[in-house]
Amino acid sequence: MIVVHGLTKSYGPTDAVRDLSFSVKRGEIVGFLGPNGAGKSTTMKILCGYLPADSGEIRIAGFDIFSDSIKARSRIGYLPENVPLYPEMRVGEYLAYRAALKGVRPRRIPEKVEDALELCNLRPVQRQLIGTLSKGYRQRVGLADALVNEPDILILDEPTIGLDPNQIRDIRNLIRSLASRHTILLSSHILSEVEMTCSRVMILNKGEIIASGTPAELRDRSGSSLSGAIRLELLAPEKAAQEALRKLPGIASVNSLGMKGDWTILEILPSSIDPRVALFEEIVRKGWKLRELSAHEASLEEIFTSLVASASKTSSPTTSRS
Amino acid sequence: MRVFWTLWKREVASAFYTPMAWVILFFLLLVTGFNFYAGVSVLNHGPTEVTVVESFFNTIFFWFAFLLLFPLLTMRLFSEEYRSGTIEPLMTAPVRDAQVVLAKFFGVLFLYCVLWIPTGLYFLIFWWQTRLQAAGAIGAYIGSYLLLLLMGAFYLSIGCFCSSLTRHQITAAVMTFCLVSLVFFASLLSFLSGSIGTLMRSVSISFSPIDQMTEFSRGLYDTRPIIWYLVMTGLFLFLTLQSFQSRRWR
Repeated sequence: MIVVHGLTKSYGPTDAVRDLSFSVKRGEIVGFLGPNGAGKSTTMKILCGYLPADSGEIRIAGFDIFSDSIKARSRIGYLPENVPLYPEMRVGEYLAYRAALKGVRPRRIPEKVEDALELCNLRPVQRQLIGTLSKGYRQRVGLADALVNEPDILILDEPTIGLDPNQIRDIRNLIRSLASRHTILLSSHILSEVEMTCSRVMILNKGEIIASGTPAELRDRSGSSLSGAIRLELLAPEKAAQEALRKLPGIASVNSLGMKGDWTILEILPSSIDPRVALFEEIVRKGWKLRELSAHEASLEEIFTSLVASASKTSSPTTSRS
Repeated sequence: MRVFWTLWKREVASAFYTPMAWVILFFLLLVTGFNFYAGVSVLNHGPTEVTVVESFFNTIFFWFAFLLLFPLLTMRLFSEEYRSGTIEPLMTAPVRDAQVVLAKFFGVLFLYCVLWIPTGLYFLIFWWQTRLQAAGAIGAYIGSYLLLLLMGAFYLSIGCFCSSLTRHQITAAVMTFCLVSLVFFASLLSFLSGSIGTLMRSVSISFSPIDQMTEFSRGLYDTRPIIWYLVMTGLFLFLTLQSFQSRRWR
C-alpha cells in the first residue's frame, strides 16, 4: 500500500530524513518509533503530500504522491500531530464538512458521519463546539476525521500523545480494531504502545531507519534474547555456588547479591548463549535447593536505547532492513 | 466544483460563527448611518447640485470606513489556518491549492457584499419618508454598488495575498492596509509639485477612486476602471496562489 524509496528531506543544512526506504503491505499496522526529532513527523507529512521531498519516490496505493497527489491523498486518512481543528465548528458538522471535502457523495455523508461518531465514541459531544472539547475528545475527533471516508490507509502521528491512561487504552483498542479494514502507519515515542499495537516496528534515528522488524525480531537482533541478568535464589554455600556456576558455558559473570535468611542470591550475566538449562542441571547435580530462577527479558525500551546509542556512536546504521 | 462549494460554505459560515463579521457589520452600519444622516441634512441648507446617493458614497467618513474594512475582513483568511495548523488537515485532503484560494476569495467577497446590503435600506427609508428619489436615476444606484463591488474585489484580493504571506494576522492586516491605502491614494500624485507631467496627472486622476465614484454615483459608467479592477483582481489572486503554494518550499 505504501512504498517509499530513497526519501530525502532537509530543512536548510539539517537533514530531517536521509535516504529512507520501506514499504507497508495491506492490512499491516506499522509503528514508527524514534526519539523526538528523529524525522517521524516529517516523513508522515511527506507521505500525506503536505511537504515535498527533496528526492525519492513515494507510491500510495499505486499513485505517486507528487504527480498524482489528489488521487493519492484521497486514499489516506491523516491524523496530524496535536490535531488542529476549527474551534468554531460543531463536531458533527466538522465531520460532515470533512467528508464532503474528501469526496464522499452527498447522500452518503450523514451515514458515514454517523459511523465515524459511533466508532470513535463521539455521540455524546456530537453537537458540541470543538473549541470546548477536552484533549481526549479532540484526539478522537481527529481520528474520526481520518476515518470518515473509509480510506485504505491511515497515517496517525502520535495518536495517543497527551491522553490519560484510560483514553490511551481506548484509542489503542480502536486502532487495533481498525486494522482489519485499513493499513495503518502510526508514530510514537512511547515504546510499550508500539509494542502493543503494531505488527511491525521501524526504529528511526536522525532521519534513518536503524532497525525494523516485529517486536520479537528486534529482541532477537539485539544479540541474546536475554540481554538482562538472571536471578537465582538457592540453598547453597555462597562461595562454592559462585565457583561452580562460573565454569558453565554461556556465563559472563556471577555476582552475589547477599543472603536472604539461609538463601544465597546470585545475579548471573549471560554471554552469547542462553545458560538457563545448564544452570538448572548443575544445581540439581550438586543437590542444592532452588526456589527462584528468573530471567529478565529485554524490553523494546532497552533494545531501542541500545540501538539509538550505538547508532549515534558510529553515526551509521547498525542494522537496516525494510 | 463540489469541493469549491464545500470550502466556500465553510468560509462564509465560519465568518458568521465568530463575532468578527457581526462586529464589522455593526460598525460599518454605525459609520454609514451617520454618513447618511449627514448626506440628508445637506438638503436642509437649500438646493444642492449633488444627490443624496452621490454625497453618501463620497465622503471622508465613507472612505475611511471603506478602507478599514479590507484588513479586517481578510487578515484571518490564510494566517489563521497557518497559525492554528488547520492548514495541515486541509491540504492533506484531496483539495487543490487553487480551489482553496478561490473559495477563500469568493467567501470573503460574499461577506463583503452582505455587509453592504443594509445600506440599501437607507435609500428605501429615504424614499418611504419623503417620496423622493435619493438619486437621479436607477443607474446611479447600480453604478455606485457596481463600483463598490469592483473595488472591493480588487482590495480583497490584495488582502488575500497579504494574508497568504504570513502566519501573523496583525502583520497581514498592516500590510493590507498599507497596500490598499497606497493604491487608493495613488491619485494624490497629481498634487505633487509641477515636476509631474500633464500625462501623469491625467493618468493618476483616472485611477482615483474618488473621481471614479463621482462619475459612477451619477450613473456614468466608464469601462476603463471596470477592466482595471477585474484585471488587478485576477493578478492578485494569481499572486496569492503563488504565495500559497510557496509554503511547501519555505
